[in-house]
Amino acid sequence: MTTVVDKTKVPWWAANIIVPLVNLVLALLVSGLFIFIAGENPLQAVKLIIYGSFGYVEGFAYTLYYTTNFIFTGLAFAVAFHCRLFNIGGEGQAYIGGLGVFLVAINFSFLPVPIVWLLAIAGAIIFGAAWAFIPAYLQAKRGSHVVITTIMFNFIASSLMIFLLVDVIRDTAQMGPHTVALPKELWFPTFKDFAHLFGMKIRYSPLNISFIIAIIASFFVWFLIWKTKWGYEMRAVGHNTQAAIYAGISPYKNIIIAMLVSGGLAGMLGINEILGVHHKIVAGFPAGYGFTGIAVALMGRNHPIGIFPAALLFGILYQGGSEVTFDMPNITRYMFIAVQGVIILFSGALENLFRPQIESFFVNRINKENPA
Amino acid sequence: MVSPILELKDINKSFGHVHANKNINLQISKGTIHGIIGENGAGKSTLMSIVFGLYQADSGTININGKSVKLKSPRDSIESGIGMVHQHFMLVENFSVLENIILGFEGELVFGKNLEKAKKDLINLCETYKLNIDLDSTISDLSVGFRQRVEILKSLYRGAEILILDEPTGVLTPQEVDELFKILRSLKEEGKTIVLITHKLNEIMDLTSEVSVMRQGEMVGHKKTDSTNKEDLAEMMVGRSVLLRINKSSAKQGEVVFSVKDLVVKDDLDVTRIKNVSFDIHEGEILGLAGVTGNGQTELLEALSGIRKIESGEIKLFNEIISNQNNFLDPRILKEKGLAHVPEDRQRMGLVTDFKAYENLIFGYHHQEPFSKSSILKEKEILSFSKKVMDEYDVRPNSPNLITSNFSGGNQQKIILSRELNENPKVLLVGQPTRGVDIGAIEFIHQRLIDMRNKGAAILLVSVELDEVLSLSDRIVVMFDGNIVGEKINKNVTDRELGLLMAGVA
Repeated sequence: MTTVVDKTKVPWWAANIIVPLVNLVLALLVSGLFIFIAGENPLQAVKLIIYGSFGYVEGFAYTLYYTTNFIFTGLAFAVAFHCRLFNIGGEGQAYIGGLGVFLVAINFSFLPVPIVWLLAIAGAIIFGAAWAFIPAYLQAKRGSHVVITTIMFNFIASSLMIFLLVDVIRDTAQMGPHTVALPKELWFPTFKDFAHLFGMKIRYSPLNISFIIAIIASFFVWFLIWKTKWGYEMRAVGHNTQAAIYAGISPYKNIIIAMLVSGGLAGMLGINEILGVHHKIVAGFPAGYGFTGIAVALMGRNHPIGIFPAALLFGILYQGGSEVTFDMPNITRYMFIAVQGVIILFSGALENLFRPQIESFFVNRINKENPA
Repeated sequence: MVSPILELKDINKSFGHVHANKNINLQISKGTIHGIIGENGAGKSTLMSIVFGLYQADSGTININGKSVKLKSPRDSIESGIGMVHQHFMLVENFSVLENIILGFEGELVFGKNLEKAKKDLINLCETYKLNIDLDSTISDLSVGFRQRVEILKSLYRGAEILILDEPTGVLTPQEVDELFKILRSLKEEGKTIVLITHKLNEIMDLTSEVSVMRQGEMVGHKKTDSTNKEDLAEMMVGRSVLLRINKSSAKQGEVVFSVKDLVVKDDLDVTRIKNVSFDIHEGEILGLAGVTGNGQTELLEALSGIRKIESGEIKLFNEIISNQNNFLDPRILKEKGLAHVPEDRQRMGLVTDFKAYENLIFGYHHQEPFSKSSILKEKEILSFSKKVMDEYDVRPNSPNLITSNFSGGNQQKIILSRELNENPKVLLVGQPTRGVDIGAIEFIHQRLIDMRNKGAAILLVSVELDEVLSLSDRIVVMFDGNIVGEKINKNVTDRELGLLMAGVA
């Protein structure tokens, strides 16, 4: 029997905070079971995760570095999703976005540094958007499902980049599949550099000003989706295409726009990785952030305010997880990929598992307090 | 009297506020073709879905062969000997006929004996009822008429004694209809019972021996087909409830501002739904378009409002061609030129029900000032506008931030009307303005339409409610089967006359 809940009476915090939290707690309990089976103490693992991600400055900086990537890819997925497009091509769009960053930065390195940075950011957005354009066009004009085409484009991006990194833009002085490094003055200032300005002596961490760019991007997405005509039209197409046509809103145009913005945001991952961390294109640098971004967006209910804590959570898991694998020999890196999987399972696929029960619980309580 | 094979007693079914079936009683005798007639939305399909176990009645009992049965799912109904052929076929397109028929009733893990037996049984059935189906052909290769036969065969194979057909001729060509009728007659001769749901009077007269008429969720009468005629049935179907005549001055007709010439329109399935339609609308008049749902009104409104491409003919707004076979202006441009459209289906087309009320109040006009400037939505202006019009149109509750799906049907309709009327359009297309709207709101909406007319707007009112067409229109045209079959000045015209035109009789 399905429980029918009067949705108008569900308090917003029950639907948007309690339900995700319950799912998260369940996911962590199941993950704890994994760790227990692997022969380690789950409580000890939790302690290590918290220490590793918050316990010392560098660890926290690492957490925020991961968070930056998840914000970009989470936002990317969310924007497309408001137009009911399931863009799972963030991975490929990020990869190509990185190419944009590098090509622009290296070719315009003669310009003043801040201008090169701005151009490189534009490069990331344009390259990422361009990679999303073909699936977008095929969806809008031909009805080819964007889930299929974007995942295919991930493979194409990966192969294309390997080709470029091996045969075209490889640093010929080195053996590895990567490019030459960008001139040092173009490297983004890191958290360490800022800390030094204030007299703090800390060790290296990859956190850099991309984090601030990610926060700005969050504001931009919020503004675009809820405050502009474009966001309004995208949401209209997403919720009810037929009504959109009736109102003179073109589904074709909005599918393209939503995918371009989505691809652009995914491409911005390249800013963090290329300008902030590697300073060159390294094969495979998107490392699954594009996919995890889907879970981040779903968990954050496709709203920037939700995406930030969700991105932080995955940042904690990445950073805390590596701390655990370091200290607990029985727990491997793959264990934490499984933990992520469990979280994605509970907050994505099983999202509505307990929703009716939780919502009806609160509705009943409210009804009891104010009997009609 | 022999006890009926199927008997319904006091069946009730509501969907939210809509009471789709009210205390329905029905008896169907074995070996007859029993017609159930009524306009769309009268509750025929709901009733038969209850019999087929797709819905459960809120109250009431169902007896089969005198025994009370509980039909909780189609499986229960099939086991009780009931089969149903839906308006939209339930077939797997890329499966063969045989595969479709045994689907769900395979009876074995690896096909073998059962399949052979099924094949033999099916061939026998096909011969008995002259169905003439090749069991190995793929569904997607079959015409609509044959697909329907597959549905019939499927029901028979599953042991149906009572076969329900929901608007079976809606999708068929005239030749296919003849073939279908032949099959139905031979089924009857073999002792099967057939329930035919339709809104077409000709089919009732042709086929059935008994007929039950439904109107607005109620069973309004049962007749022997021999002792009734189309005129009586049409009257029962349309009903003669008290008219809500509204006070209005006589029209001050001005120039022709909207004209349609030789219009031909096809639907998404490439079926010609508007066959050849021409009419003009003048300033300051309401042209009522009456007709039973499904006679082309939906496609007409979509074509006129720039949503649907037309096959041939032309549509003119102020002497400018806005649509012909090559080109058509989209709804946004038409809105800017002063053409507003209140669509028939408010939830599917008129509103984004997940949007907040204020977002729907600017829907289609959101790109204009004062609602947006340089593509940024002006929230303050939108909200104060929303408060104002919600007040003016008495939308309850007056909360622009409430999600639209939480408003009642009448209030949703007021949201659409306030939006479309606010710009003082020169031409207004209105589809079913008061469908599912409570009485108070109906009067309000009617008054607004009259006010618009008095201000000089040209209004096309498409409605299946005869009362509404009669009380509002200055002129009335009747649409039947994609054609305009009559035009009347709304003076001394009776609902009976219109009813006959609507049923395609006169």
